[in-house]
Amino acid sequence: MSLAPVGAGAAGAPVPVLRPGAVTRRRPARRTAASFGWGAVAALLAAAFAFPVYWMVNTSLLPTNLVSGPELHLWPDELTWRNYDTAMFGQVRSPFVPALGNSLQVTFLVLVASMVLAFFASLALTRFRFRGRKAFVLSILVIQMVPGEAMMISVFQLVDSWQLLNTVVALGMVYLAGVLPFTIWTLRGFVNGVPVELEEAAMIDGCSRPRAFWKVTFPLLAPGLVSTGVFAFLQAWNEFMMALIIMTRPESMTLPVWLRTFQQATKATDWGALMAGSVLVAIPVVVFFLVVQGRMTGGLVSGAVKG
Amino acid sequence: MSSTTLQTAPPDAAPAPRTRRAPTATRLLPWLLLAPSLAALVVITGYPLVRMLWLSLHEYERAQLLGVPAPFVGLDNYVATLTDARFWTVTARSFVFMLVCVVLTITVGTLVALLLMKLGRVMRLVLSLGLLLAWAMPPLAAMLVWGWIFDSQYGVANHLLTSLTGNDWMGHLWLIDPVSFFAVAALVIVWGAIPFVAFTLYAGFTQVPGEVLEAAQLDGASAGQRFFRVQVPYVRTIYVVLIVLSMIWDLKVFTQIFVLQGIGGIKSETSTLGVYIYEMGMAQGHYGAASAIAVIFTVIMLAISAYYVRATVKEEQL
Repeated sequence: MSLAPVGAGAAGAPVPVLRPGAVTRRRPARRTAASFGWGAVAALLAAAFAFPVYWMVNTSLLPTNLVSGPELHLWPDELTWRNYDTAMFGQVRSPFVPALGNSLQVTFLVLVASMVLAFFASLALTRFRFRGRKAFVLSILVIQMVPGEAMMISVFQLVDSWQLLNTVVALGMVYLAGVLPFTIWTLRGFVNGVPVELEEAAMIDGCSRPRAFWKVTFPLLAPGLVSTGVFAFLQAWNEFMMALIIMTRPESMTLPVWLRTFQQATKATDWGALMAGSVLVAIPVVVFFLVVQGRMTGGLVSGAVKG
Repeated sequence: MSSTTLQTAPPDAAPAPRTRRAPTATRLLPWLLLAPSLAALVVITGYPLVRMLWLSLHEYERAQLLGVPAPFVGLDNYVATLTDARFWTVTARSFVFMLVCVVLTITVGTLVALLLMKLGRVMRLVLSLGLLLAWAMPPLAAMLVWGWIFDSQYGVANHLLTSLTGNDWMGHLWLIDPVSFFAVAALVIVWGAIPFVAFTLYAGFTQVPGEVLEAAQLDGASAGQRFFRVQVPYVRTIYVVLIVLSMIWDLKVFTQIFVLQGIGGIKSETSTLGVYIYEMGMAQGHYGAASAIAVIFTVIMLAISAYYVRATVKEEQL
């Protein structure tokens, strides 16, 4: 899942004012009934989309005998934290705390490295004209379309030949290479949206060029950095396939790989503990989404251009 | 460095004596800025791509991983792949599954986007929140939750079907039959993909000028005509991007199928291309043969995205 290149285009485009009710406004009496109907449909849809998330939380809070019982428990009528205790500190599976540590390290590494590298690269691609520039942009666009699923064997062999299997650095670098094309492509669009005139004005006022980049352009890229940051965060936190191949030892697993160890061919799945584990993996992402969503629509750049 | 680059900034104002030093720095600076990204991409994407091609032309099994030299076999791996019925079954399965998912995602995503347009502020917020929750769920966690919902013994799906239809659905194994296995997989993927599509299309629809829609209505255009003749053409490029991206994502789906197989599917009857490469390569150790499939897979993906890449290159002046 990603935020896709369209985000960049939409953010730069001017948004004409639209009154959503304009077309149907002429029939007020029917409109109330209709809007009530649409409201009901929306409520049902919202419930349907949110249900699996609710069900995950619900199951994680129920005691094992109720989870695997004949009755359906639609809400946690017998609340317990035991599933979380089992998920985090149970003796059978690989441990939770190292997995959390690995995931946090990889995510931090990828987030910071991708934003710094992509910022530099997008400056090079937008503010300079040099031979090979077009070729680079084109290859970034094409590389994005190469499926990681096809590359898993050669990436595995590369990491193996460096003796870096089961290391956070190796996984971080694989993720970095995975997110960079999208990150550079997106940031490039945002840098294009910041007029060169702003930098030039700063330089006429005595600013050096690197300082102009840092003091003028960088802050104006906030929306772009947020959306590329979200992408890098999600990729590093959620990615499963490469982590499955590279992080095989119990103590070096990331959270997604750790979560899969809940299922063992020889034993019945402990669904309560598995749902508790899923909550632990999902909650940071859900919170992050809710926090960031409002900030992604900031129109800093358009304001600067008009002013 | 800073003083020389400052001189070159206003293009025609650079004084003649300084130009000798300036070009070197300006030529180098962009490459310095690009160097870290370039290095990462060449080493971790470029090299494995070349390596994948190399592997596909050699006999490479577990023994070669331990140091036995790999004999060059030319196109043998490709011939073996293309004459293998399993490969064609997996490919056909992947494409059918992808098409079903894309059609469902785009259709329902459009309907949800249109619904978002119709809603008042409160209900729009409610629906957006529901969509956001689904969107935010990590694919692996989402798959496990859905696996639990469709659990044969205690899953809520069988409970609900039993009480709704009156028939006894308890103990029904959803994942054993390949068709219902893929129905569950499609449900999960479409559920997870709709929010992004709906939000993007909604953002696009709100940019269609209200006057144009009003004019169309005054001219007697029905709601359907307004949608297909006004709204869709306005957001045509968004549709192209969404369809191409959905095709790519749904064709290379790995996590969902892999996890669902772990919960209770039959591998040989439910593998898609990505999972098949994993099975052949990582699990069974036929690295050369799996790489040939990976190369074919990559070519298919590039062919699908070619139109999108060309359109993007044309539209954005690189």
